[in-house]
Amino acid sequence: MFTEKLQKHGEAQWVIEPFGKMRVPIIIFADEGLIRDMDEQVYQQAANVAALPGIVKASYAMPDAHWGYGFPIGGVGAFDPDDGGIISAGGVGFDISCGVRSLHTGLTFDQIKGNEKELADVLARRIPAGVGSEGKLRVTSLEMDDMLQAGALWAVEQGYGQRSDLRRIEENGRMLGAEPRYVSDHAKQRQEKEVGTLGSGNHYLEVQRVAAVYSDELAKAFGIALNDIMVMIHCGSRGLGHQIATDYLAKMIKTAREEGIELADKDLACAPIRSEVGKQYYGAMCAGINCALANRQVLTHLTREAFAQIFTRANLTLLYDVSHNTCKVEEHEIDGRKKKLHVHRKGATRAFGPGHPSLPEDLQATGQPVLIGGTMGTASFILAGTAEGMTLSFGSCCHGAGRAMSRSQATKRWHGKDVIMHLAQKGIIIKGASPRGIAEEAPGAYKDVTAVVDATETAGLARKVARLEPLICVKG
Amino acid sequence: MTEARWELYSHPSDIGVRGLGPTREEAFAQAALALTSVITDLGKVQPREAVDIECKEEDDELLFVCWLSSLLYEMDTRRMLFSRFEIEAIEGGIKARAWGEPVEVARHEPAVEVKAATYADLKAERQSNGIWLAQCIVDV
Repeated sequence: MFTEKLQKHGEAQWVIEPFGKMRVPIIIFADEGLIRDMDEQVYQQAANVAALPGIVKASYAMPDAHWGYGFPIGGVGAFDPDDGGIISAGGVGFDISCGVRSLHTGLTFDQIKGNEKELADVLARRIPAGVGSEGKLRVTSLEMDDMLQAGALWAVEQGYGQRSDLRRIEENGRMLGAEPRYVSDHAKQRQEKEVGTLGSGNHYLEVQRVAAVYSDELAKAFGIALNDIMVMIHCGSRGLGHQIATDYLAKMIKTAREEGIELADKDLACAPIRSEVGKQYYGAMCAGINCALANRQVLTHLTREAFAQIFTRANLTLLYDVSHNTCKVEEHEIDGRKKKLHVHRKGATRAFGPGHPSLPEDLQATGQPVLIGGTMGTASFILAGTAEGMTLSFGSCCHGAGRAMSRSQATKRWHGKDVIMHLAQKGIIIKGASPRGIAEEAPGAYKDVTAVVDATETAGLARKVARLEPLICVKG
Repeated sequence: MTEARWELYSHPSDIGVRGLGPTREEAFAQAALALTSVITDLGKVQPREAVDIECKEEDDELLFVCWLSSLLYEMDTRRMLFSRFEIEAIEGGIKARAWGEPVEVARHEPAVEVKAATYADLKAERQSNGIWLAQCIVDV
């Protein structure tokens, strides 16, 4: 039904004009190949989002879009509070502020060659990961509220990292508007022992080598050179975030009904931005963002300690920290006027262009670094936001490869031990507790991240800066 | 034969848990077994310690999500896995006892952490053949 309505609007842009209950068109950023393989459900979910009250301009799907809960994963939708716009817990996701942080190490491949195994062992020992793992910190309920208010700033004040890290994090490491009182006790209890843990599934810590540079100018500005060793950390707000989402989805199903908002899908549970539940969720979600930022900050500290144990020359500095499951209040230009919109990015990354006031001084000329995680066996990418992207997609782009097959299909096809061996032959060391977990995350289970990133660039959403290949991958 | 059983089923990004049984409570208990099997082999989890859970919701579907969500909360905060469930209906909901043990990474080899129960593909109903079905996708 949807594919026949697709109209090509550019090399990597497709539109489905509104029909039925849709208030705005669907705009999908993808090349021919990605569109051919696009899950039909993505269009249905994007159409359901397009039907929500107060949506502005379009319901967007990024090149890595796939079937999600309510919103497609890789979905973007901005809402106007002046137009009855809604805020949706489903539009943010269960892992609030799941994101990626990229660190320079000050080391080159030659400087670590021969020590990879030792480094992998030290990282696996020092980074708490997987089910049942506990963080090195115990955060009591008093301290919890401070953490939820101040995010990475709180972590720095506790001695995890340095102040100079903060300006290279979205929101300078602290999401304003956090209301810990709207975060349930259940959520806080889940987080007591989880601060500074990696999680599992598709979360990881990766040591990478810069294998290709696509823009000399941007790479230089970002401080990246061929054969540099970098670290990427991919994780989110842990148990606290998951609980906030669970709690508010349940509340919003009831609110939506009371407010007469039709939900095509319960996972689209939402409330008017200006309603009590809407405001409470926003406050809780901001707290969830701070939880994720604090988490990645603590993990950075642990990573610094691990490197210092082996490499005296290591100096880990932050390139940038992006989040890809958020709802942010942002000013965007609509029909010549500046409007404050609630921009939901579900499995989509913020990609602000050059000159954006949210970016620190030294990134004003380049635009925001965008960190795209690949799979354990392929590659990750660093991109830069564009000015064009601000009008094309509210400054948003893809977040990663997206799965190509289910977990059960992956475990039928691969055994964890074979995956580890095969990757070892390519010079990649995998550290993980479960062979089945590794099979589920096998590189072949994911789409081609290169195609996703190329389509992102063709569409004008972001520019390629560098390609990074994994050397060590620590998984939960 | 109205035998109680559980199933995992495919989803592109995550995984579906499904429980079937002669009653709503049996279907819920079976789905909880499916939930544990996402993480580890059920046979590896000893039902040594009991945790009590109570859920009340306005309909069976929301009740099912509440049941799984409550289990996930207990699993996360107690760092436990569960392999046996006894559930009874109460006014407006269910009362349950879940038996399990603390996670031991080396023995249980947990494959993945379950973040939450979602409303995707959610069903909690008696089917036309009389068998109760409870299912949903879980986010891992």
